[in-house]
Parts: sequence; structure tokens; C-alpha cells
Amino acid sequence: MDETKSSPVTRRYLLIATSAVTTIGAAGAAVPFARSWSPSEKAKALGAPIEVDITKLTPGEIFKPAPVWRGKGIIVVYRTPEAVERLEAENRSLADPKSKRSVQPDYAKNLTRSIRPEIGVYLSQCTHLGCVPKYFGKAQPEQFDARWQGGFFCPCHGSKFDLAGRVEKNLPAPTNLEVPVHQFENDNILHVGIDTEEFDE
Amino acid sequence: MSRLERFKWSKNFGGFLVVMIGLSLWGASDSEWELEPMKPNLRDKDSLQRGLALYVNFCLGCHSLQYRRYERTAKDLGDIPKDLMLENVIFTGQPIGGYMKSSMSKDDAKNWFGAAPPDLTMVTRVRSPKWVYNFLKAFYVDDSRPFGVNNKVFPNVGMPHVLLPLQGFAVEDCFGYEAVDLLELEAILREKKLEGILTRTDRETAVAPIKPREIRKPNCPEITTIPETGLYNVEQFDQAAYDLANFLHYMGDPSREIRTSMGGYVIGFLVILAIFAYFLKREYWKDVPKSPPRVRKEHTSEL
Amino acid sequence: MSESLDNRGFVARSMTWINERFPWTPTMEKHASKYYAPKNFNVWYVFGVLAFVVLIIQLVTGLFLTMNYVPTAEGAFGSVEYAMHEVDLGWLIRYAHSTGASAFFVVIYLHMFRGFAYGSYRKPRELIWLIGMGIYLVLMAEGFFGYLLPWGNMSYWGAQVIVSLVGAVPIVGADLAEWVRGDFVLSGITLNRFFALHVFALPGVLVVLVFVHMVALHHVGSNNPDGIEIKKKKDEKGVPLDGIPFHPYYTVHDFFVVIVFLIIFCAVMFFAPEMFGYFIEKPNFEIANPIATPEHIAPVWYYTPFYAMLRAVTFPLFGLDAKFWGLVVMAGAILIPIALPWLDKSPVKSIRYKGRISKFMLGMLVISFIVLGYLGTIPPSSFGTATAQIATLVYFSYFVLMPWYTLREKTKPVPERVTGGH
Repeated sequence: MDETKSSPVTRRYLLIATSAVTTIGAAGAAVPFARSWSPSEKAKALGAPIEVDITKLTPGEIFKPAPVWRGKGIIVVYRTPEAVERLEAENRSLADPKSKRSVQPDYAKNLTRSIRPEIGVYLSQCTHLGCVPKYFGKAQPEQFDARWQGGFFCPCHGSKFDLAGRVEKNLPAPTNLEVPVHQFENDNILHVGIDTEEFDE
Repeated sequence: MSRLERFKWSKNFGGFLVVMIGLSLWGASDSEWELEPMKPNLRDKDSLQRGLALYVNFCLGCHSLQYRRYERTAKDLGDIPKDLMLENVIFTGQPIGGYMKSSMSKDDAKNWFGAAPPDLTMVTRVRSPKWVYNFLKAFYVDDSRPFGVNNKVFPNVGMPHVLLPLQGFAVEDCFGYEAVDLLELEAILREKKLEGILTRTDRETAVAPIKPREIRKPNCPEITTIPETGLYNVEQFDQAAYDLANFLHYMGDPSREIRTSMGGYVIGFLVILAIFAYFLKREYWKDVPKSPPRVRKEHTSEL
Repeated sequence: MSESLDNRGFVARSMTWINERFPWTPTMEKHASKYYAPKNFNVWYVFGVLAFVVLIIQLVTGLFLTMNYVPTAEGAFGSVEYAMHEVDLGWLIRYAHSTGASAFFVVIYLHMFRGFAYGSYRKPRELIWLIGMGIYLVLMAEGFFGYLLPWGNMSYWGAQVIVSLVGAVPIVGADLAEWVRGDFVLSGITLNRFFALHVFALPGVLVVLVFVHMVALHHVGSNNPDGIEIKKKKDEKGVPLDGIPFHPYYTVHDFFVVIVFLIIFCAVMFFAPEMFGYFIEKPNFEIANPIATPEHIAPVWYYTPFYAMLRAVTFPLFGLDAKFWGLVVMAGAILIPIALPWLDKSPVKSIRYKGRISKFMLGMLVISFIVLGYLGTIPPSSFGTATAQIATLVYFSYFVLMPWYTLREKTKPVPERVTGGH
């Protein structure tokens, strides 16, 4: 055994090295606990992509009851050609007409905010405080708006969205309705929650 | 009885076997069914996949794996593609993220089997893979049971032999031969043996004159599969039983593989840390003056 | 000195600021850098700190287990399997907790043996010993309540058997058992209360007792393998001649020991978490079934010595049945070490200087404890029962005969200063 007097330098280096390795170890020990908080397989399975058969959807209607993905309702709206035309026309009353500040996948960053002009897919959750907006599909005077062109009205704080989920100016909701990732398998089947672009052209 | 009548010839076949084995094992027959060794291998993904296929075809009808999802199983068993899973594995119309549950209702199960078939997710942990392997191989024809079969490993088990189409009929070799006069048989055999005749036909001939009596022996030492009655031969069926047991071994603790590999790294790291810690301790303890060594004295003081 | 003139570093100034408001530095000195521990500690002196480490492991993993656990008869088993199968690394947390439970008793039994051998319960450490026994009792209860929570079949029947034991108390037994269960059978109601006790009440008591245990220890100072009071020989500054500051000497020492312990702990946790059915029993992978008892009920290994004593009592006495006396013997065996400080009349503390009878009796105690522990895991047999009866007598004789043999035997002279170690 080494019986020589201790060396402060060795001691210092050993202390630093041991502390460093211990820190790594402590961080490693925290990993299982941190990881156990991430969504479990159950949560992931419940949040798995959903399939929606849109054959029964008629122009001017939304899918009822709303399909649910990750616990949130999904608006699937079938717009009439006239409605699409109106959406594509310039509209100065919108807060974010080009969806610059809003949340949507790139393929839905257009005037109709959709892959297909006639089918819109939106989260049924007002971007203000999360209430469920109500569907008023017809372009007709409504209680809350005499010049209503069809769209969604949030009963909580009166935010108004057009049929592409775009919010009107000067209302509480700051951005357009969120577009979830989605894709079409074929003319009839819509997948929400996945966009591998395996099916789209 | 009718099922057995069809395989009458097998009784002779069984007859000499029982004598051969019976001579050595008679008396020891009260002991429990001896389990053959079985060593699971989780690296053998082919075996696990075959086990999965067998399970969903033959077992899942009644026995759920309710703590496990198809998707996870597909991933663990070598990234089986989703399409393959949906086509060949998931028959219950569940999504791939669903639990591997039986579609049988508990009430139906109780009516049919007297008790709901247990969930098998952890059967290899309650028993063992070896037990499952031997259990699957230990069904035999027994007309006194409601499903016409009994099991050597789990006597009076309340389930039918679902793998029967694969295995075929297995019978107790000594069925009906219990009351055979052993001494007489032994004498005949000894005589033949002395004459140097030990071919199979000779043995059968030797046994033939003795009239077997139809008495069931409770702890028959052997069961034999009657050839050509199932899709698989004996080796293939053994493999199927192995694959199923192996698959259920995987099912019991899906963390096993990652656990052992992770354990290696963690322990390796700790060993390195221990080395540092040891030298640090030694360095500090150079300050501490040694005590005198322990003196082992004789008893001196008296009280 | 006003703060503006204080030109010391930030850390030093912060410490001053804190110490004016909280006795941080004095506390650290009292319990670490100026707590003088004997320098001749041997390997038996590591289990206290290891028990502390296991306590931390259990508190942290337990906390995270409750995040996935559902304390109902319908949900408990499934929620544990959910953690095992579906939560990311949930199996690791669960195995850490189940391995920790057994590890706790391993280190506690070794820690207690150290106390037996070196007379750590003797004056002036009687109170430390009593608090320690309190910790041990709480730990046994904690283990018992915790074992029910997975709601496996062994959980269920183990708890059923032990709760039924309460029924052996004369006159009020049956009512008492019903009161403990809160139901006519062991049920989800029982599970709920056991859960509350396991995760809330007992851990709190445990932490407080551990704290008090350490405060008392640091007040009187540690014993050592020679059983000498190092405080009797001090230098001019009042520092014990045979003492070294706990920090840094024993902190670096214990750190190394803890890492070695963690290597063993991890080896079990990663490679044999069931420990061949001793840490997690096979029937516990089956959901609790109130109408099907597992073929052989055995408690987890850390209770088996006492369980074997319970079973060893097969005869009625004074008009009371064997079941009651079994309970008495079992409770007596668990509680009798409490009396040790007053049973030991030897002029010396440490087994090193005690006489041959003490050494023999201590050896027999260990052997009887291990034999009983083994017998408790196997199904009862007539040979096993006879052996358990003898071992029970041996176990008790260590304590009951102690006043006699410690006074009668010859002892060796105790040195002035500590020996050995390091």
C-alpha cells in the first residue's frame, strides 16, 4: 500500500473527476423518472390517427357527430362550390387571411386552408380560450351577424370564423382555427393525425 | 370410445412401449409428470413470430393478452409491418393500437368452460416457459372428460385441446394395459432377448398374445401421438409448442431484453465510478493514522 | 462590519447572510465536518448509510409508482401491469421499488446484527436502539401494507392470512380483524386503507424516526467494533484522539460503499428482479382471486423467520388455542430485541471482548434465524415443525438467558484505544 503523504493536487483532480462522473450518474438516474412522464403506450394508442369515412358527408354540412382525435373534436366540413368561391375572393375583414400567424401544415396554408378546396379539416377548438365553435353553414343573416357568410361562431366570447376557419378581425380569437395533420387515402377515406403522404398524390 | 376404436392398432404399438417403459418406471408412476427441459430464446424472432401466429389462431379466441397492444408486439417481434399485422394477426377488428383481447364475453366463457379462461399475458411468470411447453404437449384422449381430453401437466384442465388439429390424437400408452401380468411379459421378453431377437415386430408379436384389459391407469408414464392424425409430425408439433411457450415468455416481461442490455451499461458505469470513488477514498485516508492492530488475547479477567 | 465593506467572495458573503438567519454552518459542522467518528469502523458499519440510501430509493420510486397506480380492487393489478408494460421505463421504477423493499430488509438485518455484535444498544445508546427498533417495526408494517398493493394472488392471500392472525386475539379477535379489513373479506376497502398507510402515513413516520435516530446518534457519538467510548480520550482541543471528522473521511468512504452497493442492487434489479421467486413471488403475477388460494402461501423472505415461529406453535396452552400462542410467540420474537439494553449485563460491549458463551449464543442466534427463515418459505412438514420449534427456543434463549451468561462468563480486557480497521 502507498504510505506516502497525500498530495493535494492528486486529491483535487480525483475530487473533480469523481464529481464529474457522479454528476453524469445522477443525471442518468433521473432519466427513468423523466421518461416515465412521457405519453405511455396507452396514451399514444388513444392518440393514434383516426380514419373518417366521408362518403356520407353532403355539401354544406359538417361531419356529425364530430370525430374525436386526441380527445378533441375534429371539424370536417364539406363546402359548396359557392362557398369555396367566396373563400378564394379577397376578404379585408379577416385577421389573418393568408394564415401567416396561424397553425396548419404547409399543405393547408392556402386560401381554403385545406388539401381539397371543398373539404376542410379543423380542430373544433376556438383559438381564444378553447371553447367549441358552433357551425352556422348557410350564408344568411344570423342573430350575431346580419351579413353572415357561413362559418363558425364561438358562443363563449363571440369569435367568428369563416368556412376555412379564418377568424374575423377585432374579435377575441387571435388566430385561425388550427388544422390538424391529415391526409386522404382515397376519395372517401380521410386520416386525421397522420400525413405520411403515402396516399396523397 | 369410438375415437379410440379407429386407432385400435395403436394399442398394440402402445402395448409394447408400456412394457418396456413400465418395467423400469412402474411404481414411480405416482410422481408428478416429469417436465422436459425448455430453454426460451428471445433472440429467435422467427420462433416468436411463429408463436404469435399460433397464438392468435389457436389461443386468442379464449385467452386474452389484455396488458399488451398489437402494435408493441409487432415492434418487439422484429418490426412486423402494420399491413401484415392487420391481415394475419388481428382478427378481432381491433385497431393496431388495441389490446390483444379475446372477443369472447366472460359470461359465454363461464357457460362453456365453467370458468373464464385466464388472461395469459404473464402465464410464464406464474408458471414457467418450461411448464407451458410441456402443458401444450401433454394433452391426451380421455373420454371421461367433458372435452374428450385430459392433460398430464394440468390434470382435469377445463379446456379443449385446441392444438389437436396440429398435433393429432395423443393417447396414454398404457391405456388398457394396466392389468397385464407383468411377470409374464417380462419372462417372454427376457426369453426373446436371450435369443437375440429385439426387432420391433418381434416385440409386438411378443406382446400380442396377452389380452389387454380396458382399464385406465391413473398415472400413465407416457403419452404417444398417433401418427398421421394431425397436420404436424411430432417434431413440428414440438416446435410449435416451443414457439408458443417462447412467445409467452416474451409476453410475460417485455422489458427483459432491454433490461439486460441496459443493466450491462449501468453496471459498467457504476464500476468506473467505484474505481474513482475508491482512489478518492484512499487518497483522503492517507491522512488517518493507523490504529494498532487488533490483539487477540486470551481470557484473563475473571468475574 | 457593514455589508458594503465586506470584500469577501460572493459565496462567503452568502453563507454569512444565511448563517445569520439559519444555523447552516453549525449544523453541517455538528453532523459532518466536526462530527468525530471512530476511525476503526469495519465493514459492519456501512449498513446504516446503505439503509438511508435505500430509503431514498424507496421514497422516490414509490412516489413515481403512485403516479400510475390505481388503488381499487378492479384497477390495482391492471395499473401495475400498465406501468410494467406501457409506461416508458415504468418496469425499471417498479423493479427498483420491489428490489428496494428486499434490499431494505437485507441492510436492516445486517445493521441490526452489527448492533447485536458490538453492543451498540448499551448505555448511552439505549434510546438510539429503541428508535431503531421503532424504525424496524414501521418498516415491517410498511412492507406488509405495500405487499398488498399490486393485488396479485399472493398479495391477497398473504394479507388475508396475516389479518386473520389478528382474529387470534381472545374475545375481540374476530371483530378486530373485521375492523382492520373494513369488510367481511379482504377487499378493495382494505386495499384503499392499506394504500393510504403505505404511501402517506408510514413513510412520514419512517422519515421522522430516521431523523430522530440520527440526531440521537450524533448526540452521543458512534460506537465502534471495540466498544470503547472514544470521547473519553480527547486532545487539548477537545477532539477525540481516535475520532476522525465524518466529513470528508467517512463521506468519501461511504460514497465508495454506496456505489458498490448500487452495483449489487442493479445486478439484481436488471438481471433477476424476481430473485427466483423470493423478491416477487410467482403467484403475484396472477390477479387476486378471493376463491382460489395459491398452492403454497409463504410470506416474502424477510418475514419468514417469524412466520416459521408462528407455525411452530402447534399446541394449546392454558386453555387458549395454538393460533393465539403462535401470535404471541411471533410478536414476542419481533419485539424482544427491544429489551436488549437491559438484558445485557456484560462489563464489555463488543463481542470481541465478551466470553465464549456470548459468541456461541450469537452464532446460534444467527443460525436459528436463518434456519427459521428457510423453514418459513417451505410448506410445513413434521420434521420442519420440530426443527422450527428447536430454532425458536434457541432464538429466545439468546435473549432470555442473556442476563445469566453475560454475567457468568469470562471477558477479555478492553484496550484503552481503538484497534484495527482501515
